[in-house]
Amino acid sequence: MGKTLFDKIWERHVVKEIDGGPSVLYIDRHFIHEVTSPQAFAGLNARGVNVFRPQQTIATADHNVPTENQHLPIKEELSRLQVEALKKNCAEHLIELYGLGHPFQGIVHVIGPELGITQPGMTIVCGDSHTSTHGAFGSIAFGIGTSEVEMVLASQCLLQSKPKLMRIRIEGQLNKGVVSKDLVLHILSKLSASGATGYAVEFAGSTIRNLSMEARMTICNMSIEMGARCGMIAPDETTFAYIKNRLFAPGQSKWENALAEWKQLFSDDDAVFDKEVVLQAEAMEPMITYGTNPGMGISVTGSIPSLDQIPSNDRTAFEKALKYMGWEAGTAVKGKKVDYVFIGSCTNSRIEDLRQVASFVQGKHKADDVEVWIVPGSKQVEKQAQEEGIDTILEQAGFKLRQPGCSACLGMNEDKIPAGKYCISTSNRNFEGRQGAGARTLLASPLTAAAAAITGVVSDVRDFLN
Amino acid sequence: MKNGFKNISGRFVPLDIENVDTDQIIPARFLKATTKEGFGANLFRDWRYINDDSSQPRMDFVLNQKAYSGSILVAGKNFGCGSSREHAAWSLVDYGFKAVVSSFFADIFKSNALNNGLLPVTVSESFLSQLFSLSAASELKIDLEEQTITIQETGLQETFEINAYKKTCLMNGYDDIDFLLSIKDTITEYEKIQEKNYE
Ligand code: SF4
Repeated sequence: MGKTLFDKIWERHVVKEIDGGPSVLYIDRHFIHEVTSPQAFAGLNARGVNVFRPQQTIATADHNVPTENQHLPIKEELSRLQVEALKKNCAEHLIELYGLGHPFQGIVHVIGPELGITQPGMTIVCGDSHTSTHGAFGSIAFGIGTSEVEMVLASQCLLQSKPKLMRIRIEGQLNKGVVSKDLVLHILSKLSASGATGYAVEFAGSTIRNLSMEARMTICNMSIEMGARCGMIAPDETTFAYIKNRLFAPGQSKWENALAEWKQLFSDDDAVFDKEVVLQAEAMEPMITYGTNPGMGISVTGSIPSLDQIPSNDRTAFEKALKYMGWEAGTAVKGKKVDYVFIGSCTNSRIEDLRQVASFVQGKHKADDVEVWIVPGSKQVEKQAQEEGIDTILEQAGFKLRQPGCSACLGMNEDKIPAGKYCISTSNRNFEGRQGAGARTLLASPLTAAAAAITGVVSDVRDFLN
Repeated sequence: MKNGFKNISGRFVPLDIENVDTDQIIPARFLKATTKEGFGANLFRDWRYINDDSSQPRMDFVLNQKAYSGSILVAGKNFGCGSSREHAAWSLVDYGFKAVVSSFFADIFKSNALNNGLLPVTVSESFLSQLFSLSAASELKIDLEEQTITIQETGLQETFEINAYKKTCLMNGYDDIDFLLSIKDTITEYEKIQEKNYE
């Protein structure tokens, strides 16, 4: 029987099997940030243990950092303490830190790939659930808790049970105005927010093959929102071309060897998955969420389901979500007033996302009563956007490019959406209170978000495309 | 090393809500500490208090009702979904819970709970609805060794799954890091074999 992509990588990283227990899995790359690492370092220090392989851990400050005036001391005291703790811990344990002010600083899932640290065939972890993003390169990448961060720091290993395997195949060509974010929100609306729980998901099919690396990252990023342990896509020429010549990519002398190995990373034709799902790209439309989990999505021109369309045991959650959102079952979302637009987060803050937004808003102007935050994923994205004149285009349309960080994705810094306000957001979670206490989040693609920034209401981006 | 345990018994707190996500368990704005202690105060913060003000508890929320107490939380399906943040497990432990019972747990939450000595007990939907129909004075017994959960007054019992390795850890009060540190030589050996990957 053939092997899956997941099996091939997994098997190679098992250090030891425990009877009746999990496997000891070796971790190639470990990313840390200021929020989930301090307790791990405190734990290490309490045990009197050193970091086992400091060169395999890379740190950045992203979750808490301000997105304006990053050169000034952080105003919020606890944020400042966490960022300072990270600095101190990295210095003590000889870990490379791309902190505030560093040209490589940015959201951990943006910088790993753009620096070429993320590579096919690797095991990659970080104390953040959206680590699944890195799976777009054909690696096993997943989020871990702080105890596990401590484990990796202490031993470069984790104890893991092998998940079940699911393949989601998407075939056909995406319609105009439909981008990878819509694709993944569509999958979520079909599978639900717990539809892939316990599975590692491989995304495959012609639609996926035709996507850029940025678009693939958006999809793997949100695999966690289906409950998946991780998401992955087999590497191909698109992947190799993206990695080549990046700072930490294998250099000239090693490139051919690396490439030969990476080319083995695919699911064999006769590999068996525990579950297979097939979807057609032609059926997909621009998406928007109406509720408080990412599975509650509909086409932007569709209506919120009516109560009788919801399975009876999901009704309480459905009604609670609508109450929180201040909306009625059965009504349309298109045309509803939007107060804030957030374009950013590890889902959609890469250069391709900013290019899409810029080319859409060029020659248009933002609606007066909408507050718009455009937050690049990293210093490098910011720099590239400036070089391409994207910042100027945005300014002419009435927007401002802020400084990199997680920002309003989770509202830990100052970028919070006020209670009761509606925010159309390119991030990945619309949970109650995620963007600030009482904030109401509508997840959408960068294009759909940009359209709302121009009109001030939820809009169908296709109305602007000819 | 923590204290091991073989069973937990007593009253329980029923939280009859499905899909309780980590942002509900502990809202992100309370995550900024650098130690593991003190998170219990903000457990279910937005459900517990009106306007973030601890002097104004919401009396319709179960943690604020005197009738309910105990170190076992019983919650609706898909408990702990959302973020990988371990703060959710810490806040439950810090508040005083030793076990959470539900018909389904999100993966990462489950492993975080186990890593922090908090026992996740998965029961059937029907057992769970039995639990929610019990009176506040009812007691449960969770026997880790036997892997059973019992409603004391009716004797209704179910067995639950737990990985044998995790069970030993919980019963003896040691954790994964203690174990991994003990096999460092094996890890170094593995690295040597794979060396070409880690230049
Ligand atoms: S952008 Fe949001 S989801 Fe991504 S790492 Fe930051 S907080 Fe997590």
